[in-house]
Amino acid sequence: MAVIGPLLVGFATTLKHLFRKPITVNYPEQKFPMFPKYRGKQVLMRDENGLEKCVACGLCSVACPADAIYLEAAENDGTVMAGPRYASVYQIHKTRCIFCGYCEEACPVGAIFMGKDYELAVYSKADFVWDKKDLLVPAAVSSPQPRAGTEAQTRDSGFGIRD
Amino acid sequence: MPDIRTETMTVNMGPQHPSTHGVLRLVLELDGETVRSVAPTIGYLHTGIEKTAEQKKWQQVIPLVERMDYLSAQSNSMAFCLSVEKLLGLEVPERVRWIRILLAELQRINSHLVWLGTHGMELGAVSVMLYCFRERELLLNINELIAGFRMFPSFMRVGGLREDLPRGFHDAVRAFLDRFPQKLDEYEDLLTRNRIYIDRTRGVGRISKEDAIAFSLVGPIARAAGVDYDVRKVFPYLGYDAIDFAVPTRTEGDVYARYLVRVAEMRESLKICRQVLERITPMGAWAVADPRITPPPKDRVYTEMEALIQHFLIYSQGFTVPAGEAYVPVEGPRGEHGFSITSDGTNRPWRVKSRAPSLLACQALAKMTVGGLIADLIAVIGSVDVVMGDVDR
Ligand code: SF4
Ligand code: SF4
Repeated sequence: MAVIGPLLVGFATTLKHLFRKPITVNYPEQKFPMFPKYRGKQVLMRDENGLEKCVACGLCSVACPADAIYLEAAENDGTVMAGPRYASVYQIHKTRCIFCGYCEEACPVGAIFMGKDYELAVYSKADFVWDKKDLLVPAAVSSPQPRAGTEAQTRDSGFGIRD
Repeated sequence: MPDIRTETMTVNMGPQHPSTHGVLRLVLELDGETVRSVAPTIGYLHTGIEKTAEQKKWQQVIPLVERMDYLSAQSNSMAFCLSVEKLLGLEVPERVRWIRILLAELQRINSHLVWLGTHGMELGAVSVMLYCFRERELLLNINELIAGFRMFPSFMRVGGLREDLPRGFHDAVRAFLDRFPQKLDEYEDLLTRNRIYIDRTRGVGRISKEDAIAFSLVGPIARAAGVDYDVRKVFPYLGYDAIDFAVPTRTEGDVYARYLVRVAEMRESLKICRQVLERITPMGAWAVADPRITPPPKDRVYTEMEALIQHFLIYSQGFTVPAGEAYVPVEGPRGEHGFSITSDGTNRPWRVKSRAPSLLACQALAKMTVGGLIADLIAVIGSVDVVMGDVDR
């Protein structure tokens, strides 16, 4: 009995789980919403007139611990953004980036934010580098600040996992 | 009939082996099924993080050190921050101290859950793995909630925290704390008195107290062998001395004792979390008010010139740390862990040396396994809980 008893307790435990609701999420058909602060693929923002916000100060690049950001500044003629300088080249190397969020913290004008996109697989090596056309939000989208910090939580505190 | 061959056989186990916890490679000499010698080979996961850290500004080192021991990210960054803060002579606000303790204890539970899951699975208890990873998911979600990243939140910073706690943090932690004790009982139902598990683990991988001290083993392995050493008690940091908790120890020093110690540790961690959660106010300071170290809030950066200049200085130059050396040990999930840092007075470390408990555990593997059976080797490797990222740095 001393041997069988604990085994029966164990079997009862696993048997109980048979009747619980499964916690499995059938990715990719079913997805979790990300928490508001989720750090996924970066996005470059536009201002309310649809012009680029980045002033090419390079602060994100020096703050990046993985040296993943490369940018080139150019004089602006007024069509790309409001200020005098803009980034003519802005690249983030996906395989270097560790998604630490330092670039977002460092940006003094709120031009770069960590987005929610986490499905980052690509077919070709060249696609490992995100440049401006991959990072910039489409012009039509106005730019509410995605990380105001006061948004309601998108997942319940049970985090979608039930007993 | 030919004679039975009796010479010993050399077998290579790992680095691509599912039960060597990453890329540990063991060269085994076997006599039948008995292990005659064990020679661990390390270096397959060498990341060069210690060296890379010398080229980074102090604050930039944090995401790197978190990736050393990838199961205890919060403890790693906390250990690093404590060392740097000691050199800087900084005193972090009380609220930050409690939050750090809370996160470190949650990290300990997190790490022990991974350990229990994988260790159970290696011995055939697959359900334990599934259950443990289910609860771990909650802890990873807390990380995602506070910092947006599940494994490596880089939430602790020199001088405090990355930002304030988000809304719903207390509820999320409380939900976990309320739910977890029953789950722990569930794991124990599956293993603690299970004859099969006991037969596989009791008396296996023994190490004596003297040997544990001689190999300078720390953490649950040493405590399972009777060494009553816990940094939280011996050199209290961050205010652990104000918290009521026990340090579970056993004397057997075998795999089963390590299991019992770790499970008991999870219960103690829960106790600590409950006490600390009470003390964390929902709002309050999350970093020191030192303009050299803590960047100004973003809304001021967007509007005020002075804040903008300060912000630029912090992110482009960083801060300098007075020349000197510091080492502040913390009790990580795998035992005493800390960063011995040397500064030459500039904005980058001159040397960052990690004291890695996994490396020491690796060295004691031979002591624990020689003379035993090869099947038990799996149980022992699992029980010492080596994280190769911590061994190789
Ligand atoms: S998330 Fe971190 S690693 Fe990635 S680009 Fe930004 S600063 Fe660099
Ligand atoms: S994204 Fe921000 S930090 Fe980076 S260059 Fe542009 S403005 Fe500067």
